[in-house]
Amino acid sequence: MASVAIRDVRKAFGQVEIIHGVSIDIEDGEFVILVGPSGCGKSTLLRMIAGLESITGGEICIADRVVNQVPPKERDIAMVFQNYALYPHMTVGENMAFSMKLRKAPRADMEARVTRAAEILGLTPYLDRYPRQLSGGQRQRVAMGRAIVRDPQVFLFDEPLSNLDAKLRVQMRTEIKELHQRLKTTTIYVTHDQIEAMTMADKIVVMHDGIIEQMGAPLDLYDRPDNLFVAGFIGSPAMNFIKGRAAVNGHASVMSDTGIELPLGAVSGGLDGRPVVYGIRPENLTIAEGGLPAEVVVVEPTGSETQVFAKLAGQEVVAVLRERVNIGPGDIIPLKPDTSLVHLFDAGTGQRI
Amino acid sequence: MAVDADRIPRVAPAPAGLLEKVMSNRHFLGLLFMLPAAALLLLFLTYPLGLGVWLGFTDTRIGRDGVFIGLENFEYLLDDTVFWLSVFNTILYTVVASILKFGLGLWLALLLNQHMPCKAFFRAIVLLPWVVPTVLSAIAFWWIFDAQFSILSWALREMGLIDANINFLGDKWNARWSVIAANVWRGIPFVAISLLAGLQTIPQSLYEAATLDGTTPWQRFRYITLPLLTPIIAVVMTFSVLFTFTDFQLIYVLTRGGPINATHLMATLSFQRAIPGGFLGEGAAIATAMIPFLLSAILFSYFGLQRRRWQHGGQD
Ligand SMILES: Nc1ncnc2c1ncn2[C@@H]1O[C@H](COP(=O)(O)OP(=O)(O)OP(=O)(O)O)[C@@H](O)[C@H]1O
Ligand SMILES: [Mg+2]
Repeated sequence: MASVAIRDVRKAFGQVEIIHGVSIDIEDGEFVILVGPSGCGKSTLLRMIAGLESITGGEICIADRVVNQVPPKERDIAMVFQNYALYPHMTVGENMAFSMKLRKAPRADMEARVTRAAEILGLTPYLDRYPRQLSGGQRQRVAMGRAIVRDPQVFLFDEPLSNLDAKLRVQMRTEIKELHQRLKTTTIYVTHDQIEAMTMADKIVVMHDGIIEQMGAPLDLYDRPDNLFVAGFIGSPAMNFIKGRAAVNGHASVMSDTGIELPLGAVSGGLDGRPVVYGIRPENLTIAEGGLPAEVVVVEPTGSETQVFAKLAGQEVVAVLRERVNIGPGDIIPLKPDTSLVHLFDAGTGQRI
Repeated sequence: MAVDADRIPRVAPAPAGLLEKVMSNRHFLGLLFMLPAAALLLLFLTYPLGLGVWLGFTDTRIGRDGVFIGLENFEYLLDDTVFWLSVFNTILYTVVASILKFGLGLWLALLLNQHMPCKAFFRAIVLLPWVVPTVLSAIAFWWIFDAQFSILSWALREMGLIDANINFLGDKWNARWSVIAANVWRGIPFVAISLLAGLQTIPQSLYEAATLDGTTPWQRFRYITLPLLTPIIAVVMTFSVLFTFTDFQLIYVLTRGGPINATHLMATLSFQRAIPGGFLGEGAAIATAMIPFLLSAILFSYFGLQRRRWQHGGQD
């Protein structure tokens, strides 16, 4: 167990810099999730922490020791690779036991750990199979197993659940969370899955094009996104954005480009006339008296809730309604934003106002 | 459903002509399409081989047709010390050269697989001994091993390591090691480049995973590279052994089997007896005697070559 500090880390492949100064402080035992669009440098960052990729600039410390020049073997890190990287000539059991065999761990201890990991991961029937004889999801679990039989300082997971079916994914999510609560090993976890990020993380780091857009507790990111990118990236369905200009005549509002007045709660002055983006989460729109007129385009009931796609101020917006409604395409409905939960962003810089 | 199906009138297949029936038979068609290839194989592979073996059972000489004499040639060879010497030479030559080619070839392949500047250039250089015609490189070695003008002797003398020229090809054992050295030099590129191709099929991520698992470079070689390379090693070494066992050109140019038959291989002895000596039947018998050795090498590698269990996919 160890803390990890990443200080202004940069990475360039040849002339192209793809990580432009990233700093993250990870406390001992923390569960940190990296999210971001494909190609933003998540895997590269993990590989630098593991020591598989050289660090072009900045420092990485593990347990308060700068590890820039420390070879991977001595960093005591277990990693689950995005492409599994299972040893094809070893059985599932041998794959999992390999690192312990190298360290000449006592046989009984080794077997106990492998058996335990196989139980957690539901791999017991497959211990004698070769990776080739497994499905993608089973291979992914073997890769997880290889990491958890070790007792490393830090776990690095690169999208470890991406190939599992929905049910297994939920189950594994819980298992990983439990495992973390039991072992308290510092974990850095990459995922594309919103729910995984929101439910598992102590801290979410949102990356974009090699920089950190924002980091913090999941609900903080959800409630107070720092900028348009984070606002659009966190939350599913994504936040609705409507472009307009701030107007403060009597009461604060935003005049959309198509001339609809969008209500705001209390807002500081000095905004008048400024081009802004008005953001409202789908679940903060309700059908209520005095709402803004919107034309329904599609209605998608999911059972527990109803997603309504509608045209509001000339733009398509989504509303997630808890109650069941009897509306259809073409209907005009009054959509009322919860003014206390409106997010306002500067249209030029994208920063939160 | 079953009841309904019964009520549907069955359409009897139209009675087909015999030709049509035969022509739609998979087995017959398979045989038919195989014929041209089989004929070619028979003509160009089996016929010369068969003729060679047949000659071994006759007393044919150059310019005179022979008659079938059964195992007489072979019985004669059993008591022929030169023949047994050539068997010993061939085995020594094959075993030592193959081991050296494997060791050095693997080492070279591992080196060439590393990141280094001018990689493509070095890979091309390694192939050189392989692309030079054997006779040409044999002549080059002939000079290197020359009793008077040997560059090796000269260099060693200049360095003060030896006083007199080494008699490379004149001394029995010197000659044996010299031809083996020439064969190794010639054979390494094949082994090295083939193994390099094999090395490149091993995903880099396996080495990365192994590194994180705490392996030393030697352990990565031992537990990842070697097991994943064995299928290719088996193929390459089978071919290498077959080439070495049947080698002829190098020896014939360098020593012609001398001194006092010390470097005669079965192939060179067979030629020596058959063409310059004129005893076609006896030469053919020696060549035929190589077949059991070659077959056992092939059988050995056949079992070595079998797909390992981890290479199979699918079934439980
Ligand atoms: N060895 C390399 N040489 C050059 N460019 C590379 C190399 N490895 C990665 N890149 C580039 O670095 C960027 C980040 O790659 P990385 O694999 O870290 O993305 P990622 O965030 O993990 O994406 P994904 O979610 O798709 O896995 C990509 O644009 C990629 O093209
Ligand atoms: Mg990735």
